[in-house]
Amino acid sequence: MLTYIVRRVLYAIPILIGVNLLTFTLFFVVNTPDDMARMHLGGKRVTPEMVQRWKAERGYDKPLIFNVQAAGVEKLTDTIFYKNSVRLFAFQFGSSDDGRDIVQDIKQRMLPSLAIAVPAFVFGLMVNISFALLLAFFRATYVDTVGTVLCVAMMSISGLFYIIAGQFLLSKLLRLVPISGYDTGWEALKFILLPIAIGVVSGIGSGARWYRTLFLEEMGKDYVRTARAKGLSEYLVLFRHVLKNGMIPILTGAVVVIPLLFMGALITESFFGIPGLGSYTIDAINSQDFAIVRAMVFLGSLLYILGLVMTDISYTLVDPRIRLQ
Amino acid sequence: MSASITKQRLRQWLLPVIALASVCAYIAAVWMYDLKTVWLWTDLLVYVLIVSMAAFFSVAKRRAHLREPLQRIVENRTAMVCLVVLAGFMTIGVLDSVHFRLPSGGAGDHGKRYAPEVTSILDLLMAQQRVQMEKTYASPLSLWQYEKVTVEYPDGRHERVYPRLQFGGAHIAPGAAHRQDILRRVASGVGAGLMMGGLIALLALGYAMSRHAASAREVVSGVMRATGAIPWRAMWLTLFLLLIALGVVWALAGEYHVFGTDKVGKDVLYKSVKSIRTGLIIGTLTTLVMLPFAVFLGILAGYLRGWVDDVIQYLYTTLSSIPGVLLIAAAVLMLQAYIHTHPDLFPTEAERADLRLLFLCIILGITSWTGLCRLIRGETMKLCEADFLLAARAFGQHPVGIMLRHILPNVMHIVLISVVLDFSGLVLAEAVLSYVGVGVDPATNSWGNMINAARLEMAREPMVWWPLLSAFIFMFVLVLAANLFADVVRDAFDPRLKRR
Repeated sequence: MLTYIVRRVLYAIPILIGVNLLTFTLFFVVNTPDDMARMHLGGKRVTPEMVQRWKAERGYDKPLIFNVQAAGVEKLTDTIFYKNSVRLFAFQFGSSDDGRDIVQDIKQRMLPSLAIAVPAFVFGLMVNISFALLLAFFRATYVDTVGTVLCVAMMSISGLFYIIAGQFLLSKLLRLVPISGYDTGWEALKFILLPIAIGVVSGIGSGARWYRTLFLEEMGKDYVRTARAKGLSEYLVLFRHVLKNGMIPILTGAVVVIPLLFMGALITESFFGIPGLGSYTIDAINSQDFAIVRAMVFLGSLLYILGLVMTDISYTLVDPRIRLQ
Repeated sequence: MSASITKQRLRQWLLPVIALASVCAYIAAVWMYDLKTVWLWTDLLVYVLIVSMAAFFSVAKRRAHLREPLQRIVENRTAMVCLVVLAGFMTIGVLDSVHFRLPSGGAGDHGKRYAPEVTSILDLLMAQQRVQMEKTYASPLSLWQYEKVTVEYPDGRHERVYPRLQFGGAHIAPGAAHRQDILRRVASGVGAGLMMGGLIALLALGYAMSRHAASAREVVSGVMRATGAIPWRAMWLTLFLLLIALGVVWALAGEYHVFGTDKVGKDVLYKSVKSIRTGLIIGTLTTLVMLPFAVFLGILAGYLRGWVDDVIQYLYTTLSSIPGVLLIAAAVLMLQAYIHTHPDLFPTEAERADLRLLFLCIILGITSWTGLCRLIRGETMKLCEADFLLAARAFGQHPVGIMLRHILPNVMHIVLISVVLDFSGLVLAEAVLSYVGVGVDPATNSWGNMINAARLEMAREPMVWWPLLSAFIFMFVLVLAANLFADVVRDAFDPRLKRR
């Protein structure tokens, strides 16, 4: 088991290097730092001195990969590639355009992101499973048909509409919760209720429909027929057998998103003005702060790969038939 | 005898002849009205898409393994109703994909002069909605502007009043019955829609009578009782409903802003209809652009195995491990920087917006391509174990031949399923990306841009809700129809599902 995990983790390293090379190419080779500087400074009257200063402030004035002028090891380390890409591996993200330390920012913004993402994930899973079970229980009846069509309809609505409609209904008309904002401590509760609710509701359509097919697939298997033949009630069959076995694909499928919860929900956070990592990313994109975007791309792929590794491990844990190869 | 054969030939060639005739008509119009045709990149790809769709169906009709699932789709009521709706959207999208510049009158130094803006056939059809701009917001069907303005009277008094709209309902005299006028127009719109539907029905009736050699009575009763395999009755009902809706909107749009106007006074109906093309292009071209790549690499990895497989797997794992939105954001930021530093490469605004749209499709394709590639690789590996492939190898057929003749046709169903399934997700993704600021060009009409603007509009007092509602309706209908249709396509083509 341990060797398997070690091998999986080692396999992740070349992928991370690939991600790093790709972002480096995108950010520094396709567009030279000169281009970035000119776009950032804006306007037509940008003097070469201004460009030079902008580059020097961010350390973009060094050679891309190989520094001829430096001596010894510095030939390789005193370059944009080393300073901006390789150092990501050591979680040295540098500082953003307004001079703040990115690592510090990320640490600070992780908590609000988690405060929304984790409850939304847990409640969403619970609601989806219950709804899917209900549909599976009433399969091939009127309830099932209406429920499935409802799921498809809910899938067809853009997530943005859920947010706007939720804000309008609950905050503006009923005045139950504030429209947006965030606070520390328990005061935050009233701010995060609506984002969590919207996160859950907007996921029902696709989630419940997907789980319903999983449950139905499970119900077509032989052990269910055996259970029915034993004389178990449909209720017991569903909860004691189908639910348990259906949870295997559901949970292993959900594992991959768990690490990504740290990244927060991009759209929700920026709509509700929550100072999490999602809104951090969006603000960085809008203000074209390349250092932050680079850091978030790296962090995101790292977490995704972590999720993949966890998925593989969870498979072997739940299902002993899977061999470790 | 010979007459019936001629008739049969005629029927067979009906669709190609209609297509050819419309192309000829367009060329004639270009020549007569002296238009300057503009070839946008996405337009060309739309034509490629149409041609390849036609080619696919003509091939599929002759292949049993494709004809059978197609037959199942054709016999499914939900699928066919959705298809009618989707066909309506597609017609608008195609009409909006033929671009040209109108002559602006007067000859310049270098021959003819043309208007700077790029127009499409749809723009001509909706010329009134395009041109008649108000000052600012106006609610749907309203006569009055949303904001008060200060009016100065001849006697020097100032007053804040809601001014009348310049175009919306301008035909109504002050104090006349506004509501009656709307009702009258709705009624005439319903009538026009019914008439249009009736006309199409008559044409179709004539065609069906000649095809089945049946009397009009037999054909009509067959459709009405829904006896045949194809759900004609439901399809006709949908068509009539669509035409009635079209008729009502058309009748109202003659004098009003049916969905109101936006901040700069643009007609919201026009914007929503123009957004259809953007949505369709993002939904279809994204997969089309990356399709050859995904299929080629998938088959290569699955067939050759070994180090080729390793490299391709590494490639798509790396790409898919970057969070999609961030990769798109990074790429689009780079594109913005590129456009900013190379303004000379993009002469007109339309071309710039179009290239950005195409680029967005490619980037979206790169992020969504990996799933399809993985599926095709798996299917190819499975096919390699099949007996017919073993036979082909034993006969010494060239690997390229095997991949082209034996594997490619057998993974086509996966390609089709994924194209159809991805569509609705991509249309929805466009809205999110435009919100984040990395979507289509802000100058392009898109539902995402409309929703983005709605954020501020909803905070106004009184609330400006109509652009959001309009975008919602169009988007919801398109995505819902696509989702329902995709389900049926998947069920029909997926061999793992049992036949019912």
